[in-house]
Amino acid sequence: MNNLNNDVWVFIEQREGKVAEVSLELLSKGRKLADSMNGILKSLVIGHEISGIAAMTAEYGVDEAFVVDHSYLKDYLTLPYSKIINELILKENPRIVLFGASIIGRDLAPRIASHTLSGLTADCVDLKIEDVNYVGKDYPKLLLQIRPAFGGNIIATIITPDTATQMATVREGVMELVKVKNPKEIKIHKVKYSPEPADQLVEIIQQHREESKVNLKGSSIIVAGGYGLGSKENFRLIHELAETLGGEVAGSRAAVDAGFIPSERQVGQTGVTVRPKLYIAVGISGAIQHRAGMQDSNKIIAINSDPEAPIFDVAHYAIVGDATEVIPKFIETYKHKLK
Amino acid sequence: MLNSIVMVKQVPDTANISGKVMRDDGTVNRSKLPAIFNYEDKIALEFALKVKEKFGGKVTAITMGPQRASDILRECLYMGADEVYLISDRKFAGADTLATSYVLSEAIKQIGNYHFIFAGRQAIDGDTAQVGPQTAEKLGIPQITFSEEIIDITEDSVTIKKKIDGGFEILKSKLPVLVTVLKDAAQPRPFSAKRVMAYKNAKSLMDLEKLTEGNSLLYIDKLMHEYKEKKLFINTLTMDDLKLNVDRCGLKGSPTKVHKVESVVLAGNSHNRIEPTSAGLGNLIDQLTQDHIFG
Repeated sequence: MNNLNNDVWVFIEQREGKVAEVSLELLSKGRKLADSMNGILKSLVIGHEISGIAAMTAEYGVDEAFVVDHSYLKDYLTLPYSKIINELILKENPRIVLFGASIIGRDLAPRIASHTLSGLTADCVDLKIEDVNYVGKDYPKLLLQIRPAFGGNIIATIITPDTATQMATVREGVMELVKVKNPKEIKIHKVKYSPEPADQLVEIIQQHREESKVNLKGSSIIVAGGYGLGSKENFRLIHELAETLGGEVAGSRAAVDAGFIPSERQVGQTGVTVRPKLYIAVGISGAIQHRAGMQDSNKIIAINSDPEAPIFDVAHYAIVGDATEVIPKFIETYKHKLK
Repeated sequence: MLNSIVMVKQVPDTANISGKVMRDDGTVNRSKLPAIFNYEDKIALEFALKVKEKFGGKVTAITMGPQRASDILRECLYMGADEVYLISDRKFAGADTLATSYVLSEAIKQIGNYHFIFAGRQAIDGDTAQVGPQTAEKLGIPQITFSEEIIDITEDSVTIKKKIDGGFEILKSKLPVLVTVLKDAAQPRPFSAKRVMAYKNAKSLMDLEKLTEGNSLLYIDKLMHEYKEKKLFINTLTMDDLKLNVDRCGLKGSPTKVHKVESVVLAGNSHNRIEPTSAGLGNLIDQLTQDHIFG
C-alpha cells in the first residue's frame, strides 16, 4: 500500500460514443467524495475517438481524465478493458473506483477487483466518507458502502479497511446528477494501448441495441404493482390505472420474478430508482430493496390489504383494501371528477 | 468431448422471509431460513447437460458451503451431473466474493480438464454477480456474462447470445470460457426418477461425519470406503486438500467487512388514512389536483 492517495476514479461507460447517464451521476457523487477527502476526481474514458467525452466530463466536476483511445476499444470487451484498468490501478493506487451497476459495469468491476485484490460492493444505494473505528483500529476517511442485503431485510454498511483501493457499483438513477457551475479545464492523461493476442480471445459477431421505450425515470406519475396482486390478470388493473392517470407502469422485484411485468420496469435497489411526483404502490409489501428505489417520490399512495405492510411507513396516503376493489373505484372516481 | 464444470450455490430463500428469521437486534438468523438451490445455477447445469448431450464429455458440479449444501449436489446428480464436489471447511466461513472465488478457482484447477465453466448470473442472497467474473479472472480465462443462448459450439470455440443494456450481443469466445446464464435462458430438466433412486443416499464426508458423531475416525474411513465402492460418495475438498493459503479464505481473506447492520423496522411514518370509498378517494383526488399532480 505505498503511494496512497485520495484519488476518486469513475469508469465512464460509453456505448457507440454515447455516455451512460449512470457514469455522469457517479461523477457528481465522486466530486463530493473527493471533496470530503481533499482528493482529485478522475474520469476513466476508454473507447475510440472519445476525446470529446473526456472533455465533457469536466462539466461534472472532473479534475483529470485518463483517455485510452484505440480502434480495437470501440466497443466494450471484458479482456482489453479490464487489462487496461488493472494496469492503471496497480500503477496509480486510486483510493476509490466507481462503476455503474449496468451490465457492462457488473461484468467489468468484479474482474478488476479480483486482479487488484480490491474490495467491491455491488448495488450501493449510498456512499459516504467517514472516519471509522473497526475492531479497535482507526481508519480515517473510509468509504462507507451502503446497501440493502438479504432480500432487503437489512441495510448493511460495508467497508474495505485494508485494501488500497475501495470499489463499488451503483445503479442508474440512485445518485443525483449535478453539473458544476464553472467547469475548469481538465488535465488529460493519454494512455497508450495496443491489442495483444490475450485480449482477443473473444470477438463481437453482432450487436443489436434499441433505445428503450420505457422511461420510468422521466415519468411524473408511476403506478407500481407487486406480488400481492396475485395474478397477471389482476395486474391488468395496474395498466388501467396508469393509463387513466397518464402514468407509467412499474413493478416490484417479486412481481418481475412472478412474470407479471418485464424486468426493465422493476423499481428498487436492483432495478430503477425513481422520484416521480406521484408513486402509487399497489399490493407491494415494501421491502427495503423496493423502497430504496421509490421513497424519494414527491407523494406516495400505498394500497394494500395488509394494514401492517411496511410500505405504509413511507406512504403519504394509506388505503387499506383489496386492490381489485379499490382500483376500479379509484378509476371511476377519477374519471367522474376530471372528465 | 467437451467437459463442463458447473458452480452451484445453496442459498437462503430470501423471498420467503418471515418474522421469525429476523432477530430482535435486526440480524438474520440464517438457520431459520429454508435453504434452496439457487435457481439460475440450475439453468447453468442445464446448459452443461445440453453441451454433453451434443458433444459428449463430462459434467461436474461443485459447490462451496456447509454440510447441508450436499442437498443441492444430490439434486445435481438427479438432474444428470456425472460427478459432484462439496468444497467445505470451517475456515471458509464468512467468505465474501473474493475469498469465495479464490477457493472455487483453486478447486477448479485441481479438478482440471474443462472446456466450460457454467454458473448462474448471480445468487439471490447477495445479488452481486461477482463470483463468476472473479473466478474467470483467477483462472485466467475469458468470461461471457448474462448469457441467453448458446448459438454454436466448435472444438475450440463457442458462440453465445448475451444480454447487453438495451439489447443483445453475439460473442464468439475461444475455449475454455466461463459462462454465466440468465434465469430465462432455459428450463431446468426435471429429476430423473431412476437417478433419484440411485443417488438419494449419496453422502459427503461432512454427511458421514454427522452420521457417525462420537464414533472413531477409523469408522469414518471404513464408511467412506463403503460409499466410494457403491459410488455414493460425494467428493469432498477441504482447505488442506486444496493446499490453500488460509489468509485468503473465509472472513480473513475477505476485503469487504460488515461495519454496521441496521434492521429495517422503521419508525411508523405519519400518513393520511384514506377510506376506499367514493368519498374518501374523491377527497384524495381533489387534494392531488390542488397539488398540481392531477389535471
